[in-house]
Amino acid sequence: MHQLKKAKKPKTKTLHARKDELASANRQLEILNGGLFAEGELPSFKDKISEIGHFPLRPNRLEILQINVGYMCNITCEHCHVDAGPGRKEIMTTETMEMCLEVIRNTGAHTLDLTGGAPEMNPHFRWFVEEAAKAGIKDFIVRSNLSIIMAHPKFRDLPDFFKEHNVHVVSSLPHYTRGKTDKQRGDGVFDASIQALLELNERGYGKPGSDLRLDLVYNPSGAFLPGDQAALESDFKNALLEDFGILFHSLFAITNLPISRFLDYLIASDNYDDYMYALVDAYNPGAVANVMCTNTISISWDGWLYDCDFNQMLGLKVASKVKHIKDYNEDILNDRNIIISQHCYGCTAGAGSSCQGTVA
Amino acid sequence: MRIQNLFKQNAMANSYYDPADLRKFGKITEWSEELGTKFFDYYGKVFEEGALSAREKSLIALAVSHVVKCPYCIDAYTKDGLQRGITKEEMMEAVHAGAAIESGATLVHGVQMMNKYNKLSM
Repeated sequence: MHQLKKAKKPKTKTLHARKDELASANRQLEILNGGLFAEGELPSFKDKISEIGHFPLRPNRLEILQINVGYMCNITCEHCHVDAGPGRKEIMTTETMEMCLEVIRNTGAHTLDLTGGAPEMNPHFRWFVEEAAKAGIKDFIVRSNLSIIMAHPKFRDLPDFFKEHNVHVVSSLPHYTRGKTDKQRGDGVFDASIQALLELNERGYGKPGSDLRLDLVYNPSGAFLPGDQAALESDFKNALLEDFGILFHSLFAITNLPISRFLDYLIASDNYDDYMYALVDAYNPGAVANVMCTNTISISWDGWLYDCDFNQMLGLKVASKVKHIKDYNEDILNDRNIIISQHCYGCTAGAGSSCQGTVA
Repeated sequence: MRIQNLFKQNAMANSYYDPADLRKFGKITEWSEELGTKFFDYYGKVFEEGALSAREKSLIALAVSHVVKCPYCIDAYTKDGLQRGITKEEMMEAVHAGAAIESGATLVHGVQMMNKYNKLSM
């Protein structure tokens, strides 16, 4: 009998490796500001927040310093807003890290959030964590893709290293089933992630009442918005406990923003218009006051300052006299207008979305 | 882009179903505010967490969408299921549950056929 063979999915490549036009931030902004928005089919984000008196969007108190230590990653997820991958060479130097440490020692922010790429792939990562941990910042987050821990023997001791420096581990896991996770992140990533979670649990991470925080990040594996964060958390907890005996603290449901590889996916799958309609339909004015750019500064691998990691990828530097970590001044920085475009609808949809989950 | 829109409008006029119409569902209230509002209030209430979870109700809605063969509802509740993290296996089982009831409803009439056949036959 003739059997239909499923074609093997081609491995995702970065937009940069493909030399795709969407590797250009300007091209992405052109798309975001054109189409449905230029034709007046959908209101611009600026119009929407003007209705409730939030334009220009202004920062509240700075709470989170988010440092992107490089775009290199061991995996190439289909939806990645960083366009990260093994071939990316943008890596923070020790010189820039020294400048970051100076800021970390003097900041009023209570949370330090290291991201990437896979931050662990920066060759100076461990030294930086050791130094940053000494600054005594209250909540020290490392965003780990989990699979990195199993990717190479030199990363296997990361769970111990995280524990030693009381790092709060925030890990992405698109779904509690193998199929959905591997489709988005690549073959074998689910099993590696499960193994890494078990090892973190073994060190005491994620256990009820444990000070070793282990949170998971869920983001939809397709052109749809995340459902209710609490319901998803409960489903993830039940499934991971039942299937693997895994424990974790909280689940952050994060909306995919229409930039970089996710934008590429939306356009290629003919979902872009519907997704933008869905984001605008789900606009929640109650989420605007607490969007993460109001309490976060994002620092890129080369020391430039941005309102958030998404603006960093779109090349939208802060609208302030202080644009680089070498000139860092919290008071001057906090007196700025936040740069917005249509991708910002991603952070105000439904219950709102931020690197720490819902905001409304 | 404008030419594409014109083309779209023409295509729409020649088709009973247009996926873009689903977004306009709320507009039915414009022509009958009281009934429209009552319907949407009721609809919203039905799908809240209750004795059944919102997740379970989403799967019921998906099954019924297939039984009533409503393309808008199928689109809406497939997406709703994805948003809730419902797996494709769960969705397909729900569709089969609906289909089984629908085919059962047809087949149980076979008894009526048998009754009539027997009554009319010597």
